[in-house]
Amino acid sequence: MEPMILPNIHDYHKIDVYESHGGYQMLRKALGMKPEEVTDEVKKSSLRGRGGACFPTGLKWTFMPKVTTKPKYLCINGDESEPGTFKDRQIFEVNPHLMIEGIIIAAYAMGIKTCYLYIRGEYNKWIKMVQKAVDDAYAKGYIGENILGSGFTTNLYLHRGAGAYICGEESALMNSLEGDRGYPRIKPPFPAQFGLWGCPTTINNVETISNVPLILNMGWEAYSKIGHPKHPGPILVGISGHVNKPGVFEVPTGVLITDLIYKYAGGVPGDKKIKAIIPGGSSTHIMRGETIDGVTMDADGLKAGGSSVGTAGLIVMDEDTDLIKVITRITKFYYHESCGQCTPCREGTGWMFKMLKRFENYEARLEDIDLLLDVANNIEGNTICALGDAAAWPVQSMIKRFRDEFEKRCMKPAESGQEVLVK
Amino acid sequence: MVHLFLLFTFYFCPDYLALLLFPFDLIMLSEQSLQRIEELKKRYPSPRAVVLEALWMWQDEHGWISQEGMKEVGRLVGIPPHEVLGIVTFYTMYNTKPVGRHKLEVCTNVSCMLRNSEKIVKHLQNTLNIKVGETTTDNRFTLVEAECLGACGYAPMLQCGDEYYENLDEAKVDKILSELK
Repeated sequence: MEPMILPNIHDYHKIDVYESHGGYQMLRKALGMKPEEVTDEVKKSSLRGRGGACFPTGLKWTFMPKVTTKPKYLCINGDESEPGTFKDRQIFEVNPHLMIEGIIIAAYAMGIKTCYLYIRGEYNKWIKMVQKAVDDAYAKGYIGENILGSGFTTNLYLHRGAGAYICGEESALMNSLEGDRGYPRIKPPFPAQFGLWGCPTTINNVETISNVPLILNMGWEAYSKIGHPKHPGPILVGISGHVNKPGVFEVPTGVLITDLIYKYAGGVPGDKKIKAIIPGGSSTHIMRGETIDGVTMDADGLKAGGSSVGTAGLIVMDEDTDLIKVITRITKFYYHESCGQCTPCREGTGWMFKMLKRFENYEARLEDIDLLLDVANNIEGNTICALGDAAAWPVQSMIKRFRDEFEKRCMKPAESGQEVLVK
Repeated sequence: MVHLFLLFTFYFCPDYLALLLFPFDLIMLSEQSLQRIEELKKRYPSPRAVVLEALWMWQDEHGWISQEGMKEVGRLVGIPPHEVLGIVTFYTMYNTKPVGRHKLEVCTNVSCMLRNSEKIVKHLQNTLNIKVGETTTDNRFTLVEAECLGACGYAPMLQCGDEYYENLDEAKVDKILSELK
């Protein structure tokens, strides 16, 4: 498949080059259609969100009230901070105009006059690049008053975050945008009813919105034939860890994970075996290396494989990896990033981290494995947002699939009553 | 005597008295930033939304966000200083104490860890003769560990200012250190 989101064309981030390859033509086409027709097109294409939850994008758009006295907002989530994920950054760098075109089309489809693009604070270099692209689009009349003479007006503003993983959660992002601490909100009410400043809001991921012009370009029928029928389209897979050629690859969904590792990322250094992979960013379930054959990179394929597609950030670990160290580091991350609103997450992530530290230092007892699992089970599902689940899943799956690794790290009571190390 | 007087004014007097006596001592944002804040306010239905950007401006101009900074930013966007403190401490990128001229943030999260970010941290600690979280005596470098910075495919990496230094090894780190004056 020819890459469409990250095309291999020199200087594609410049507006002239983008236009000379048919850029902003889909905006013209969309403005000639009725807003409902645009939403319908996206709905029929079965595009699913690329931010982790795989929610059907067209359906999300239809939740926006058609008649309302309040202003409506569109919010684009560019706060990618999930360990293993680095795809949005490539869009900002290589193809910002595709994203901008997608944003304006989406704003038109939902009748939105104000759009915010929230980008994480660390990406200041890329924020400047995107700002340049937005300014160019303003200058050419693709954003602003009376776009291309259609009478439709919308504005796009960039908003810089300041370093908080939780702000990638949509309701926390809204609080952060309003100038508050990034605390997630209880749902319902959902953003489409009560979002930014209490007004109807839609939040889409950067990669999701970049798919919208592609759908209009090729038509929903052709788009829905790319990759897996239930989760179609091109997907950006970021491969990191123990591979020869790590990076972001644009592939159709439904591609084999083994192909991604061996064909795209050049295999494992030293031809070592794969001990484990994390398929969709650090919060998805970890998988044993032996079980990845035949598993495909899409929502259904990974569900069957016992994990989820997440943000398609594939982390590969070779046979020499110390998995206890890996899970301790992942849990430390969630402990650090928990916003502190819900007790199970705030306290539980800390407890898990301390216990895992004991495993790392060969100081744990055998019964600590079940205790750790118990803590994880009590976090899952008992918090306002999904960060609690995201912290619990890697620990649960690690214990389920690599219990032997934990057992090896336990102290064994010796006959003398003194405790000695097994290893 | 003068010293005592100064001490009295700054520590025991209400702010407005200090303001009356020493208006020249107030640290402010530059005229350009103040203008920019007013422009940004037009983008949002509530001026409060500008707080993150205003704090960024303060940090860019002064290196870190002091209590005076929080008060001033709070005044500009119309929220009380204690709420600004809550915001500053929530987000990890705001410095609540002075840092060196170059803040080196080494990612140690999972993808970087698998590619030996520990070695980079150790090398930096040995070369700069400081521990993580400390600043060199000449105030040139501050070394901190960071959570995932979104460069997993180019690990190990470190961030300094806006710049990302990727695919690091020890020789590359030495070169970067010599370039940052």
